[in-house]
Amino acid sequence: METLILFSPLVGALLCGFGWKFIGETAAQWVATGFLFLAAALSWIVFLTHDGVTETINILRWIESGTLSTEWAIRLDRLTAIMLIVITTVSALVHLYSFGYMEGDPQWKEGESYKPRFFAYLSFFTFAMLMLVTSDNLIQMFFGWEGVGVASYLLIGFYYRKPSANAAAIKAFVVNRVGDFGFLLGIFAIYFIVDSVRFDDIFAYAPTLAETQLTFLWTDWNAANLIAFLLFIGAMGKSAQLFLHTWLPDAMEGPTPVSALIHAATMVTAGVFLVCRMSPIMEYAPEAMAFVTFVGASTAFFAATVGLVQNDIKRVIAYSTCSQLGYMFVAAGVGVYSVAMFHLFTHAFFKAMLFLGAGSVIHAMHHEQDMRNYGGLRKKIPYTFWAMMIGTLAITGVGIPLTGWIGFAGFASKDAVIESAYAAGPMGYAFWMLVIAALFTSFYSWRLMFMTFYGKPRGDKHTHEHAHESPKVMLIPLGVLALGAVFAGAIWYGSFFGKVNEVVKFFGGTYGEPTAELVEQVAERSPKASELHYVMENAPGEAAIYIAPENTILHEAHYVPTWVKLSPFIAMLIGLGTAYVFYIRDPSIPKRLAENQRPLYQFLLNKWYFDEIYDFIFVKPASAVGRLLWKRGDGNVIDGSLNGVAMGFIPMLTRLAGKAQSGYIFTYAFFMVIGIAALITWMTLSGGAH
Amino acid sequence: MDNLLSIVTFLPMLAAVILLVFLRGDDEAANKNAKWLSLIATSATFLISLFILFQFDPQNTGFQMVEEVEWLLGLQYKMGVDGISVLFVMLTTFMMPLVIAASWDVKHRVKEYMIAFLLLETLMLGVFMALDLVLFYLFFEAGLIPMFLIIGIWGGANRIYASFKFFLYTFLGSVLMLVAMVGMFADAGTTDIEQLMTHQFGSETFSILGVQIVGGLQTLLFIAFFASFAVKMPMWPVHTWLPDAHVQAPTAGSVVLAAILLKMGGYGFLRFSLPMFPVGADVLTPLILWMSVIAIVYTSLVALVQEDMKKLIAYSSVAHMGYVTMGIFAGNQQGIDGAIFQMISHGFISGALFLCVGVIYDRMHTRDIDAYGGLVNRMPAYALIFMLFTMANVGLPGTSGFIGEFLTLVGIFQVNTWVALFATSGVILSAAYALWLYRRVVMGDLIKESLKTITDMSRRERAIFAPLVIATILFGVYPAPILDTIGPSVEALVSNYQTALAEAPSAVTQVAVNH
Repeated sequence: METLILFSPLVGALLCGFGWKFIGETAAQWVATGFLFLAAALSWIVFLTHDGVTETINILRWIESGTLSTEWAIRLDRLTAIMLIVITTVSALVHLYSFGYMEGDPQWKEGESYKPRFFAYLSFFTFAMLMLVTSDNLIQMFFGWEGVGVASYLLIGFYYRKPSANAAAIKAFVVNRVGDFGFLLGIFAIYFIVDSVRFDDIFAYAPTLAETQLTFLWTDWNAANLIAFLLFIGAMGKSAQLFLHTWLPDAMEGPTPVSALIHAATMVTAGVFLVCRMSPIMEYAPEAMAFVTFVGASTAFFAATVGLVQNDIKRVIAYSTCSQLGYMFVAAGVGVYSVAMFHLFTHAFFKAMLFLGAGSVIHAMHHEQDMRNYGGLRKKIPYTFWAMMIGTLAITGVGIPLTGWIGFAGFASKDAVIESAYAAGPMGYAFWMLVIAALFTSFYSWRLMFMTFYGKPRGDKHTHEHAHESPKVMLIPLGVLALGAVFAGAIWYGSFFGKVNEVVKFFGGTYGEPTAELVEQVAERSPKASELHYVMENAPGEAAIYIAPENTILHEAHYVPTWVKLSPFIAMLIGLGTAYVFYIRDPSIPKRLAENQRPLYQFLLNKWYFDEIYDFIFVKPASAVGRLLWKRGDGNVIDGSLNGVAMGFIPMLTRLAGKAQSGYIFTYAFFMVIGIAALITWMTLSGGAH
Repeated sequence: MDNLLSIVTFLPMLAAVILLVFLRGDDEAANKNAKWLSLIATSATFLISLFILFQFDPQNTGFQMVEEVEWLLGLQYKMGVDGISVLFVMLTTFMMPLVIAASWDVKHRVKEYMIAFLLLETLMLGVFMALDLVLFYLFFEAGLIPMFLIIGIWGGANRIYASFKFFLYTFLGSVLMLVAMVGMFADAGTTDIEQLMTHQFGSETFSILGVQIVGGLQTLLFIAFFASFAVKMPMWPVHTWLPDAHVQAPTAGSVVLAAILLKMGGYGFLRFSLPMFPVGADVLTPLILWMSVIAIVYTSLVALVQEDMKKLIAYSSVAHMGYVTMGIFAGNQQGIDGAIFQMISHGFISGALFLCVGVIYDRMHTRDIDAYGGLVNRMPAYALIFMLFTMANVGLPGTSGFIGEFLTLVGIFQVNTWVALFATSGVILSAAYALWLYRRVVMGDLIKESLKTITDMSRRERAIFAPLVIATILFGVYPAPILDTIGPSVEALVSNYQTALAEAPSAVTQVAVNH
């Protein structure tokens, strides 16, 4: 069944992409969508019936060289099962939605067949993403990793006539490759030490890794830390973390369903998945984990600040995604992988819905994306409005404080992240960054809602008059995702962020009693150490995630001070209130503020000038150096000295041979013959070849 | 069939002789006959060569299907294949029918053109099968003559300069190699490659004119061979002939050059340098590794700013060959497996990329990147195929381009992490230049007036690409046929190399340990 889930999107992609000429455009689209719904249905069956035991299905031999041996294989455990439903569900819905959204796309001329290509790319993406999450070794994972990168490249550049789309596509691929550079080095290092790239072997070796020194570049490193760090570089690229984030906002050049599927729900979370998948190594790599936490928290804050001032509706959501990914990395970085996966899971629903909702707005407004030209759309597109409202309530984390789980999906998971961050570092950097980011999140999300749906219509009058609700094929996916955005948090709260025993069981592990020593240690920093009844007992790799016995953050996160538990809720209220004042009560405030604080405003609007800086220190120098090496290196130095030799020596020989132009061929043949003749003569004289 | 290898080798030459002797006239019909005869001959060669593959036993690491005949003047004619060479033979026979088919539109001196390619095939096959030093030298050097002619007669405007430069480089290498061969004969008393591989050349350090030669005779012989093979690869800094040669060569010439001729250097390292002069190889390994890395980074950067399509792909070839030399001199199983795989795979991929250039060059008669843009609008099939090979060139997993690159990097990481670090940065640069090229040629709106009537690929063109597409994806997903074939022979090569180093005089191993 898992094999069927894995390959049905590929079959769909091939039939749709190559077969549409024979079966017609619409039929091709239905074929792709049908295979995706099949995969989604089977994935839910797998998820709900999964008993936590890791299964491996081998499919085909792949790279085998010496002790390096990999197969195409499926590894099914809880992590995979979670990703399966996220990927196939969102993808199936996005396929359906695209029927409506891609209909009559103004980017294309009359009679051009762009839809089968679009659906084929979407299905191909899904296949690659499934390969990534079902892999049982690092190289197959890298296949999926690059495969989704290609799909992303193709879909961002889908409107290939637009120069900006082409530029964004290349940027996405190349920046991701910077991350892959780290990922690859991580794989090499793992193979070098562990002598295998299979997860089972790597995980079993993890405790030894922690005690191994590896010479890398100029000095010796702790192997676990080094490997965890290198792999995380890969995760930073794919998940658009700070310094490698610049491609994600530009990726919004792709059609909106793509943004929902790839750049919100699935591909960008691959980095988080990688860190969770490698939890057995991460648990032995404290320094690398601190770095993960730091980068995650910084990204959450940075992206949220930029999101505050963007005017393009998709860019706001893009920065929001970037910021939320930072939350997930913080959770993973402090060692509560289940919470990272929880936020990944709920975020997939509400962020996909926000994007699809934004797509519906864009569709209604004839592909206008600037929020300054929206306003008052509540009545015109009521279903879309309510969908976006649910999404906003979910992302800003609305729920009943102190219950933990009674609320929208984002309430349960985001608060879990913040509480974990506090438990790992009370009053620390990560905690404060996340709380501030929560405030900003609330502000920009409500800003988006108010600018789009409230107030008076702005911009082109004609467009507003013709604003229309989207067709059913677009609204149904919104409805389904809304269910997820409302209930996903509450339903699975216990499995991801419940008591330690619940979580361990969910992820296929076994739990046992903590040692008295450990309880004492915990008592020093957490008030309810007596409540610590269970810790994970499995060796690394036996369960889907590994939680070292000393790692009690999951437990401690439940007993943080009340003000900590309230803090995200308060931040949310402040953000909401400020947005209300700024955009409903007195819409002149933002403008005045922007004028008063011009440098800050420009700084945020220009995304902290990352693009400009990178252009200055990487892009421009690369082509300048390239030109220098070409003209000076190859031209003057190498060819120059060669010509020097040539002028003196070769023409003489050529003259000897006679003809000026093709004489050197005769020279050549001549010398060859002379040479061989000499060799033969000598050989004959000295008694033959034997 | 006892003479299978000879049959395969000389069948194209036989066809060339038939053309030369029997084909008269320069009219349409004669040209057509010449083309068909060449296509049939090269296809037949490929089909017969499949028997080599069927008979080949990968587990046997020695030479197989050996033919040995006493020749004139005490020389011997000896041919054979092992796990290292057999796939190069197959690559050659596989590519040649495609090369002929890609030359269907040649108008100028068709008969001579076909004769040159047929002879070239025989000589290239000879290089990969020869088991005698003199025979090898003959094939190796004579093979360049048809290539000079192909560039010099059917090449572009600046063909004389290009073939002259090509000649100049290879000439210097050849002279040194010839001297080394004389030296080898003097030391070992035989020219039989099989015997030379077991002969131990002296590796005691000595000094000439006050210069200490660490590794002694082996080092000197190694350097002499290296001079020739490095030019063929080509390695930085003796690579500048390649972009010019490619630019001036006709499409089919570029394909043969990139797909097969460049592999002679890599093959030479594996056949001669590592097994015969292990100590010399070891002494020079650090230098070669750094030259390889410089090739990867330097030529990738240069590729980034090219304005001529063929030059860009030529520079990219140099970078890819950098992975090959790096893998070979990593001296371990993954490195060498990867290097051979990379050479085979690069044969398909770079061959296909030059064919891609050829497709639009035939229509527009320019290689200038700026002259294109927006081809996808009128040439969707072309866009798809070009995309596939661009991605394969970038080393996307799932294409054959990934496996070689990946294995060589795995290999080198175990030897030198600095080298691995810089070499791995190639994955970023290759993505940048390859996609940038693709964007400028294929993507965008079709605005240029001259391109408004351009047509998509013809049925013949698609048929040429089909085998390459299949090979690139098949071996990317299921590389076992290649890795299984080369594996045992490489394993033997690696263990002999490591044993030889372990047994080398202590002064030398000291050097080996220090780096």
